[in-house]
Amino acid sequence: MATTSRRDFIRLSALASGMLLVPNFLHGLDKHGMPLMPGSNGKRLVVIQLSGGNDGLNTVVPYLDDLYYKARPGLAIPAKKVLTLDSGLGLNPAMEKLRLLYEQGHVAVLNSVGYPDPDRSHFRSMDIWQSASASDEYLHTGWLGRYLDSIPGGAAAHSAIEVDDMLSLALKGEQRMGIAVQDVQRFYQASNQDFLRKAAGQHQEAHDHHQVDYLYKTLIETQQSARYLQEKTKVYRSRQSYPKGEFANHLKTIAELISSGVESRVYYASLGGFDTHVRQELQQGRLLEELSVGVYSFVQDLKQHREFDNTMIMVFSEFGRRVAQNASGGTDHGTANNLFLIGGGLKKAGMYNEAPDLQNLDQGDLMYQIDFRNVYATLLQNWLQADAAGILGGNTKILSGLM
Amino acid sequence: MEQRALDRKLQHLYWRAGFGPTYRQENAPGSIKQAVRQMLRDAQHQQPLLQPAYRPLEEGQNSMLDANARLKQQRERRQSIEQLNYTWLNQMVTAREQLREKMTLFWHGHFACRLREPGLMQLQNNTLRQHALGKFPDLLLAISKDPGMLQFLNNQQNRKRSPNENFAREVLELFTLGRGYYTEQDIKEAARAFTGWGYNAKGEFVFRERQHDAGPKTFMGHTGNFTGEDILKLVVQNPQTATFITQKLYTYFVSDLPDTPRIAKLSAWFYKSGYDISGLLERMFTAKWFYEPALAGAKIKSPVELLVGLQRQFAVAYADSRSPYVLQRALGQELLQPPNVGGWPGGRNWIDSSTLAYRLRIGPALLQDAALAVYLKPDDDSEPSKPTNGRKDGLRIARAKASIVGLEKRLEKVSDDALVSSISQLLLQVPLKPETKQLIEQGIPATASRTEKIHQIAQYMLSLPEYQLC
Repeated sequence: MATTSRRDFIRLSALASGMLLVPNFLHGLDKHGMPLMPGSNGKRLVVIQLSGGNDGLNTVVPYLDDLYYKARPGLAIPAKKVLTLDSGLGLNPAMEKLRLLYEQGHVAVLNSVGYPDPDRSHFRSMDIWQSASASDEYLHTGWLGRYLDSIPGGAAAHSAIEVDDMLSLALKGEQRMGIAVQDVQRFYQASNQDFLRKAAGQHQEAHDHHQVDYLYKTLIETQQSARYLQEKTKVYRSRQSYPKGEFANHLKTIAELISSGVESRVYYASLGGFDTHVRQELQQGRLLEELSVGVYSFVQDLKQHREFDNTMIMVFSEFGRRVAQNASGGTDHGTANNLFLIGGGLKKAGMYNEAPDLQNLDQGDLMYQIDFRNVYATLLQNWLQADAAGILGGNTKILSGLM
Repeated sequence: MEQRALDRKLQHLYWRAGFGPTYRQENAPGSIKQAVRQMLRDAQHQQPLLQPAYRPLEEGQNSMLDANARLKQQRERRQSIEQLNYTWLNQMVTAREQLREKMTLFWHGHFACRLREPGLMQLQNNTLRQHALGKFPDLLLAISKDPGMLQFLNNQQNRKRSPNENFAREVLELFTLGRGYYTEQDIKEAARAFTGWGYNAKGEFVFRERQHDAGPKTFMGHTGNFTGEDILKLVVQNPQTATFITQKLYTYFVSDLPDTPRIAKLSAWFYKSGYDISGLLERMFTAKWFYEPALAGAKIKSPVELLVGLQRQFAVAYADSRSPYVLQRALGQELLQPPNVGGWPGGRNWIDSSTLAYRLRIGPALLQDAALAVYLKPDDDSEPSKPTNGRKDGLRIARAKASIVGLEKRLEKVSDDALVSSISQLLLQVPLKPETKQLIEQGIPATASRTEKIHQIAQYMLSLPEYQLC
């Protein structure tokens, strides 16, 4: 009964203000101080995925380690070019803007992040990262999807938004799923095309065929989320300048969604092209610059709207690369890698742990020091205030002091 | 039986046991029994994938290649995989042995290997096809000695001195018994029995006796100097294997919701018959319950079922071999590239807001001869992505033409007024709501020619969620 009257109230107020209906599956109001999601603490997570296996050793460079220079005679970055940070580590020269953020105390670098029995297939390793499984375990849900499942009362589809055309496994839960939106306007037009909207309208009530019911329900939720996003974002446009390119555009879209007051807990964006088996230097440099300048603009944008303190950015890749270079001017698939956390709410910025150990390798590969699932656990538990053990299966540890 | 009731049952059978009906009317069977027999007879034929597969260098030599050689190798491998994919997809469309192809797809998802080398993919696919409808123990043995399988599950590295348990574990967990019917110790012992199983550079199985652990093993309560063959025999002696396989087949052919009594009955017969696969399927397809109205449309089409079904009903012609590959990727099922050894989870896992939107758009786009554009996620294993640098990377376009000629011909005797009803019966496995039918009626311009009407109605039907079910 309560739902009915609340829905009526939404409908009335929507008519009064001349707005479109707010999705009727939401369990609260988004304006005037009432949180959309019960238990939400107003914090959000932005995940940036570097696809292809970013070469971590040429991203955060151990420029005081002779072994690094020995393993990469043609590919190592000369010490004088490295943008120094702490503990004998420095950034790739393409990442000046990221160093700026680092100096401002907004960046934590976690070294040697990985998992036991690493897999060197891009697809499989990305699946492991996205589903948060062990390497001999096959899950068909993602860690952020399971986070959506765990939200009491149910989360709307747009509680987790991937700026893309396709939805990643990471955002698929058992009961709930995020949505993939590349462009809010296009997403709205495509899902609310006249015939489909009318057909869906005829299927608002439960259908006695369970699959018909399920498909229409998914369709209706998508349409509602599209309408909600369209309505929310139609006025505001970011004035922050971003570099050229799809990736920066996606970050800009996320900033606009955040600044428009869209109530989402999770955003997801990817930058691809890191599979640098061949002629790595130029390619990786360009990509790292795109990453660094894009993230910097994004942070400035959020700061202007006082949203940076509520936002945590995680940058990861499915694996690092082998310590030694190959014969094609590149590097082959490796194992453990570094990971960035960027946010105004970091309690411990800087180098979180020591530089990778190039002395003790596993057949030419780095050995991991931090299990990536502990990073997830920390983000879920300490940042999103979710039940990390329930979502990740209980064997995880919280990285203390980070956030 | 009334003709219309029989037609509906046949349509159900053709969607489940094959890749959907065509509009051919000649030699239509007079009963379900006849139709099933015909399908089984047709399925005796088999056509291996003949696409000549590119053979690469031996593994491990990659890191020695210079940049150009490496790029060339990647390109050739990718083209070869695409061709193989295209060949198989078309075979599903045209083969009269529909059931054999459908079962090959089933085993492809059951013994799921994500391989890199097209030559190994081809070999494995043909092995699955050859044994798809025979006795399960023969299939199990053949696929266990398949080079692609041995490579994917690291049995090449399974040696007496350092056993690798990967293959043994998946045989028990995913291929035969299922979780909970063996112990960790059984896995260890089985792994010892499989030591020495490998393959050579020509893609042939080899038994390396010197790496084989010939000592005694205790496996599931039996003790002996077991070989790999012995382990596989012991595994199929356990009726749980029959139950596990039957359950999976039931999910594939009947419904995502398992029915324990039916599965128990079927699997008991399966076990007694010595695991006769085609006999089991015949029982399933001729059972009365198989045609219960509640089961019609109870399955969400897999992306491959959707694409092949469209191709069969609307004579879809792709502009190039890349287009169907792009669509498979966008919908989340790329032939020859299952996500992991667990195969495609299927069912509702096929559906999210994006894949549903694509599914609803594909049919109408094909009929309108419109290109479909999609940004694909990178797949660096088979196609290393390039840096974006301001360019729209990942944008792929699928082009194809579809025709309603077959549908139109089938509707020759149908009056204009009855078009919506008749087309919905031909294209959909679940009835439309009356108001949705009305909505479609309202969308047909009064001045349209008959062909235009049929075209428009078909477009509406293909854009409905109901078309996603079979």
